[in-house]
Amino acid sequence: MSTVSEKILAQASGRGDAKAGEIVKARVDTAMMPDVTSVLAIEAMKKMGAAHVWDPDRVVIVLDHVAPPSSVNSARVHSVIRGFAKEQNLKHFYDVESGVCHQVLPEHGHVRPGTVVIGADSHTCTHGAFGAFATGVGSTDMGAVLARGKTWLRVPETIKVDINGSLGEHVYAKDVVLRVAKEIGVSGATYMALKYTGQTVSDLTVAGRMTLCNMAIEMGAKTGICQPDHKTHRWLRDHGVDDDESHPLPPDPDAQYRRTEELDVAGMQPQVACPHNVDNVKPVTEISGVEINQAFIGSCTNGRLEDLRQAHAILKGRQVHRDVRLLVVPASRGVYRAALEEGIIADLVDAGAVVSNPSCAACFGGYIGLLGPGERGIATSNRNFRGRQGSPEAEVYLSSAAVAAASALTGHITHPEEVA
Amino acid sequence: MMKLMGRVWRYGHDVNTDYIIPGRYMELTDPDEMATHVFEEHDPTFKDGVRNGDIVVGATNFGCGSSREHAPLALKHSGVGCVLAESFARIFYRNAINIGLPALECPGIHDAVSKGDTVEVDITGGVVRNLDTGIELCFNPLPPFMVEVLNAGGLVPYLNETEEW
Repeated sequence: MSTVSEKILAQASGRGDAKAGEIVKARVDTAMMPDVTSVLAIEAMKKMGAAHVWDPDRVVIVLDHVAPPSSVNSARVHSVIRGFAKEQNLKHFYDVESGVCHQVLPEHGHVRPGTVVIGADSHTCTHGAFGAFATGVGSTDMGAVLARGKTWLRVPETIKVDINGSLGEHVYAKDVVLRVAKEIGVSGATYMALKYTGQTVSDLTVAGRMTLCNMAIEMGAKTGICQPDHKTHRWLRDHGVDDDESHPLPPDPDAQYRRTEELDVAGMQPQVACPHNVDNVKPVTEISGVEINQAFIGSCTNGRLEDLRQAHAILKGRQVHRDVRLLVVPASRGVYRAALEEGIIADLVDAGAVVSNPSCAACFGGYIGLLGPGERGIATSNRNFRGRQGSPEAEVYLSSAAVAAASALTGHITHPEEVA
Repeated sequence: MMKLMGRVWRYGHDVNTDYIIPGRYMELTDPDEMATHVFEEHDPTFKDGVRNGDIVVGATNFGCGSSREHAPLALKHSGVGCVLAESFARIFYRNAINIGLPALECPGIHDAVSKGDTVEVDITGGVVRNLDTGIELCFNPLPPFMVEVLNAGGLVPYLNETEEW
């Protein structure tokens, strides 16, 4: 009577079973660090007396948040990390050209169903889309993983999020997850896992499921997780991952859930999270007309090829509104390359977009694409906290790529059907 | 370490890590430098007014958002002695304990204190006393494993003393 999370954590901690609420010491299959949290983790590892990482084949570093460096200090940080990767003979180091860690990881075979993925970034929960138990930790925890290859975890209870109904035109995974956030709230799943099930989830692409799992943390969850299926295995094979389709640990039929959240998304409009909390979600028509200064399409939430295709379908052969700056940032080099080959990038540039190299970019307010005082932005990323993308007097709205593109076209928040 | 006393800085629900220290400071690696930006935009009076041992009080979901350890580090290195909240976001909670900053879930705390009150916290006994009002609240003490980590001064010294992991 175990959930998927309980099964994975039991396996990883070498126990017969692991029940929600118990603390286990779990073996880590993949340990990931982005640039901005690595240095503290490296320092922690060394202070723990470890001269070497426990397994140079299981540590993945991605320079993505401030890539390429935008200041002398971030350049210094990158140098320290490169030096560490060389000194430790790490097999998987991804430099500034690679893209956002949560896209890079699965594309390069570091995520498999049933494994434990620990990342020093809160959106590590994204990898639950592949049926992994994936969660974010801070740098000291990561230092302990680097030193010992294990971490302590409280086995989470699970909320089953059962989503059914066919999505209408212009409605995507982002709209679904914003709707889930509205129902569960920004702290409604704290310490718990969100298990996404139902016909809608089965119908979604793997990219769409990554969007669902990515935002589990925005409800306080430890992870989001989907059951691997033929789409998951095909995705992995298509990306050159040696996937043996080993049994993906389905939950027992009598698994214990904290509760079930049922959602019917048939007939649902595109959704938008309004300032300054992710659960302040409204149907797009309720706020259409709100003027914007910037649209950002990118991030580990919605910077994938299907997101760029949504934007392309709306913007091709047209011009971005003169009062709006549109920033498009593919989530990885792979996504960037594919979008170039499909002609998407050229058409977006012609439409007036600034297309930047794969990185976290405007999502976390680190450097490019900041908002000034009194400005308003719509973004396909995951957080709209006050000050998240620049000035504390700016406002951030969150949406799908389709709504962001439609809004970039008109200069105000717009339902894509109005410009289709 | 297990009994603390300090003045209260009181905030509301969902105090996120961007409020504690904005993303543009994530390239910093020196905790004392992080401390110079703590609550910079959320409460500009904090960084100059905070004194050693002061106590930050939140409502629900304190520390939500990013996994940046910069957030508890900035608080600790500005002198904060502990954080009390109705509830915490999980990564902040782990990070705080791991760096040796007590984070204690104390139901009712938000309404039981005002800014500037002096409170006494008995970490192992699970009691908070507001010395200005006399109000006393009980909370579930931390699990033994976390008390050991805090007593050691954080996860780094704890692991230095622990072979078994």
